[in-house]
Amino acid sequence: MTITSNSSATPAGFLRRWWPWIAIIAAALILPFVLPPLRLNLLGRFLSLGIVALGIDLIWGYTGLLSLGQGIFFALGGYAIAMYLQLDSLPPGQLPEFFGLYGVKALPLFWQPFNSPWFTLIAIWVVPAVVAGLLGYLVFRNRIKGVYFSILTQAALLVFFNFFNGQQKLINGTNGLKTDTASLFGQMVGSDAMQRNLFWLTVLLVIAAWYLCRWLTTGRFGDALIAIRDDEPRLRFTGYNPTAFKTLVFTVAGALAGVSGALYTVQSGIISPQYMAVPFSIEMVIWVAVGGRGTLIGAVLGAVLINYAKSLISEQLPETWLFIQGGLFLLVVTALPDGVVGWWRLGGPRRILEMLGSASPTATYPGLDLDPEVQAEKRAIEARALAEESRVNPYGGEP
Amino acid sequence: MKPLLELRSVSVSFDGFLALNDLNLALAPGELRAVIGPNGAGKTTFLDVITGKVRPTRGDVVFRGQSLLGISEHRIARLGIGRKFQTPRVYQNLTPRRNLELAVKGSHSPFALLLGRLSGEQRERVQELLAVVGLERSGSRPAGSLSHGQKQWLEIAMLLAQDPDLLLVDEPVAGLSDEETERTGELLRHLAGDHTVLVIEHDMDFIRELNCPVTVLHEGHVLCEGSMDVVQNDPRVIEVYLGIEDDESPAVNSAVGSLQEMP
Repeated sequence: MTITSNSSATPAGFLRRWWPWIAIIAAALILPFVLPPLRLNLLGRFLSLGIVALGIDLIWGYTGLLSLGQGIFFALGGYAIAMYLQLDSLPPGQLPEFFGLYGVKALPLFWQPFNSPWFTLIAIWVVPAVVAGLLGYLVFRNRIKGVYFSILTQAALLVFFNFFNGQQKLINGTNGLKTDTASLFGQMVGSDAMQRNLFWLTVLLVIAAWYLCRWLTTGRFGDALIAIRDDEPRLRFTGYNPTAFKTLVFTVAGALAGVSGALYTVQSGIISPQYMAVPFSIEMVIWVAVGGRGTLIGAVLGAVLINYAKSLISEQLPETWLFIQGGLFLLVVTALPDGVVGWWRLGGPRRILEMLGSASPTATYPGLDLDPEVQAEKRAIEARALAEESRVNPYGGEP
Repeated sequence: MKPLLELRSVSVSFDGFLALNDLNLALAPGELRAVIGPNGAGKTTFLDVITGKVRPTRGDVVFRGQSLLGISEHRIARLGIGRKFQTPRVYQNLTPRRNLELAVKGSHSPFALLLGRLSGEQRERVQELLAVVGLERSGSRPAGSLSHGQKQWLEIAMLLAQDPDLLLVDEPVAGLSDEETERTGELLRHLAGDHTVLVIEHDMDFIRELNCPVTVLHEGHVLCEGSMDVVQNDPRVIEVYLGIEDDESPAVNSAVGSLQEMP
């Protein structure tokens, strides 16, 4: 395992090891000056959706908890940043316009702390995390799992959706809160310069979220998550409390959804209860399934590529997108259970080449080729055969 | 000597069906004990009651003087009771080494797993156990690709890594070759003394190998206890296993009847 550790010492080795990061940083620096502002804005939005997808991958791909309610946490993050921006761009003491429409004279108590930027920065991820932690603890403690867990999260999503739609006096109900006309650091949030900065912020946060998930999924903690997915009772009888692990990881996924929602809101210009609609949360799951559950990069790629495809195809053929999305999901369920990235890692492209006849087929049992014991035995047999041959016919060639 | 584990008139009822019926059993520290019984005798429910999966309807389970009633499975496991399942249950997608690293004795809190590392002692223990079960060179292959026998052994190794005081072993030699069966028997005999071992098994030859006291369960009740020879010659045991003397049993009659009808 130490063979590759020194390979970055030489320039070529450095390149070989770090090229994905070099490519990502170069793309992040160049794209804002190459893409038209609209496209850049879309890319930024889709990248921020990659963060909620990472959270879903963590709970579903690794831990086996299929949540259909991540929209709750996504929207909570969005509302937190939107209210802060509305309050921040007004002179002190003045209320956002919609409050006047419903006859609200004073800022509701729970919105008061959102005058503070620091509080808001923390609330964006802590509020969704606390809600997820509470919901998760109650559900996991009662050992609700599998499809019942999925139904419960969807029901919770509907409860939040209906509640937010009905609260005109607190959060402007179905209209939601707008952020694009608000100002931040003296600049319009919707301006091109601000959007470029937000794009960079999104790239940084996606990378940070990816590292967080990688840290959570590699060591023994990640092994325990996989063990919960594969055989939870076994882990219980080994002395682990799966409730603690599941609650923790569901909380982290909630926090990631909140960050994702906040970034998406400032780039799309509005947060409304629509982000808590049932189809949107299901779409999030589809991104992860298509990208490859259990592979972190697959979650991000799935979110970005599917949404980019959606926006491109919807521009040309608005009616077809839902069919394409459904088709993609069917394809993944039937043919690519590990998603595109999983298929790639398991040697999918090679199999296609083989089918086309342009690559030599691999051994029927690849495991044998990797098994050191089998290989050692094979070498021994070959060496013996060779020795035999040279003894029988020392001069080689046909007699 | 005070027993390590004691079941005091334990009954378990599933919707009126008595899976265990006034079961009494005591295990001395360091004892090796085999439990046998025909299908449906309540052997697995018996393990479920000890490990906290099933709560007894009546009676008490006492481990080292402490009642286990109402304690959750993971806490009972932490008290020092390990369990091997009937079908080998290993984490299919993890390598054997990682399977053992999860099982090895130590703190099992999420934060310990995230922030702590395995101690040198724990790593040595894992390495040692991998060698015991002959999997030290299995490398990056997931445990799901192991043979049935290797999985059985890996699960036993996981149980050992946990280092419990009481090992509950459910059918450890099901599907193993004769040689593997013999080695498993040796291992269990070797473990007894330092540990208390309770083995549930169908394989009578294997139990004879173990050369230990045998408890026979029947319809959730202890039918008799004693050495294998005593148990085997007990008419009640012969009756429940073969049903020969029980001519009124409809099941036996119909079985005999269908045999006679055969051409």
